[in-house]
Amino acid sequence: MTTKPAAPAPREITTKPRLSDRIFRGTVTGVGMLSLAILTLIGLFLALRGFQTFKTEGFHFITGVKWESVTSDSGKVTNNFGVGAMLIGTVLIAAVALVVGVPLSVLTALFLTFYAPERIKKFMVSVVDLMAAFPSILYGLWGFFILMPMVQYWAGLLYEYLRWIPIFNAPQPFFERSPFVAGMVLAIMIIPIVTSVSREIFAQTPLDRIQAAYALGATKWGMIKAVVFPFGSSGVVGGAMLGLGRAFGETVAVFTVLNIVFKVNFHILYGFGGNVASMIILKWGEAVGDETKALLAAGFILFVLTLLVNMLANFIVKRTLKSGK
Amino acid sequence: MNSFDSSNGEEMSIDSAAQTNSLASVASAHTAARQPGNAPMGSGLEARGIHAWFGKHHALENVSLDFASGTVTALIGPSGCGKSTFIRTLNRMHEFIPSAAMAGEVLLDGKDIYSKGTDVTKIRLQIGMVFQKPNPFPSMTIGENVLSGLKLAQLKMSNKEDLMQECLERAGLWNEVKDRLGAHAGGLSGGQQQRLCIARALAVKPKVLLMDEPCSALDPGSTLRIEDTIGQLAQTMTIIIVTHNMQQAARVSDYTAFFLSEGGPGNMIEVGPTNEMFSRPRDQRTENYVSGRFG
Repeated sequence: MTTKPAAPAPREITTKPRLSDRIFRGTVTGVGMLSLAILTLIGLFLALRGFQTFKTEGFHFITGVKWESVTSDSGKVTNNFGVGAMLIGTVLIAAVALVVGVPLSVLTALFLTFYAPERIKKFMVSVVDLMAAFPSILYGLWGFFILMPMVQYWAGLLYEYLRWIPIFNAPQPFFERSPFVAGMVLAIMIIPIVTSVSREIFAQTPLDRIQAAYALGATKWGMIKAVVFPFGSSGVVGGAMLGLGRAFGETVAVFTVLNIVFKVNFHILYGFGGNVASMIILKWGEAVGDETKALLAAGFILFVLTLLVNMLANFIVKRTLKSGK
Repeated sequence: MNSFDSSNGEEMSIDSAAQTNSLASVASAHTAARQPGNAPMGSGLEARGIHAWFGKHHALENVSLDFASGTVTALIGPSGCGKSTFIRTLNRMHEFIPSAAMAGEVLLDGKDIYSKGTDVTKIRLQIGMVFQKPNPFPSMTIGENVLSGLKLAQLKMSNKEDLMQECLERAGLWNEVKDRLGAHAGGLSGGQQQRLCIARALAVKPKVLLMDEPCSALDPGSTLRIEDTIGQLAQTMTIIIVTHNMQQAARVSDYTAFFLSEGGPGNMIEVGPTNEMFSRPRDQRTENYVSGRFG
């Protein structure tokens, strides 16, 4: 009987890259790391500058709803900073934007991918892309002058018929400059990115699955439900999350449209509210000392919120990818 | 397009005389077992004067073929001869290719499926199709895949379980998947996926089943199982199968049609009972092809 010879230790496999390859690799790595470094540094900057606020205000900074800095006659400054109301406003406005914007974007993407004649498609794709490059102040002004009167009417209808749902209720029928209007403007603003991501993913639907559905007697809508949505859902979620990122961070348009008041307002139709970004720009000009630090701390909160949303988006996309493919 | 650039030469034996004889004997044994047209439970399909174009390229010229009820017809010929194009005109899948055009008539039960005002989804319910590459819906379970056609066509389902079992049994897959109908279809092997696609096509109870090289991506074992399935199915429906494998044509079909493109558009050269096509074809080009002299 022969014994089996012992298996050799695995060899170390190396290669000596050429100079050009090393240079390119260095460049790519450097630039790639640079963006990560910039992001980290911004986060660090906000956290460090806001640190004192976090220390003095504590958890109250997130839950508190007042934002005031009172100087008494003796020169003593009493601060009370809390972003709670603005955080709630941020989430509400972004939610309105997603609820209205994502369905519009998905339908637009379906039209462009499966229904539009080639020439209309090309034209519309460039128009939608142009929408993404539009300055947000213009959306804000357009929202204020053109969209708001219409949205006020819709808000009136919602108030009339859906008042029994708490968020559609309001203390008084005063619908001007409400979170609902701001959310509508944001919905228009996120349409380009969500449409573009959805369109890309819909266009990649495997042809053999599309044909399989048609060969089974599917209508176009049936095919889209059975094949395109399961395949593209993760892409749509990803696009929606990019849109959400924009909706969270949008400053100027919200600032233009919304009546910013430092109070918690769950009634989206009612005419006041706020979000963190627009609060920062509102207070920045007059802020001194501790308030400046508090604003940077608020910025840090927004930064973390956006990061969390992106991580959640990644998680959702990965999970739907697993079950969908 | 050169019609002699076929890549399926390796399927052919060099010993052409022996090849022809063995194919003919396979075919005649098959035909003896089941006379063509003896099981008229399905429905007949007639193609009349079919032309097909892709843009300006004339791919298929004046093909007329009758498919009698309850028969299996094999379409053979080298690559680029238009047989796949032809089969796709039979259930109106051809028109999905941009710039594709066609002329002629396809009659199902005597009615032209291209006539104005036809609901094409109803046509495809009656004329099912199995593709070259297995294409189950990966987001659905095995069971859902079988019933997907009914759902897509918004047909009502009674006895879902029975129908599912019946279709999977007829496709020869039931025993392999009966314990995991709730599993995702992506986990099946290629051969199983293809039989699942056959089961899926059967669930809507088509009168005609088109098969576009259903075994070309499969191993010999799976191929054999699918050929068995075809034999079973032919008792209740009309089957038209495109194949590059002449052994397969001889094994499964009652009739064989030979397509060829001689530089120009593809033509149907000859059609006849399969055993005659392989033993004494009338056209020299058919003989050259079935005996392995080209292709």
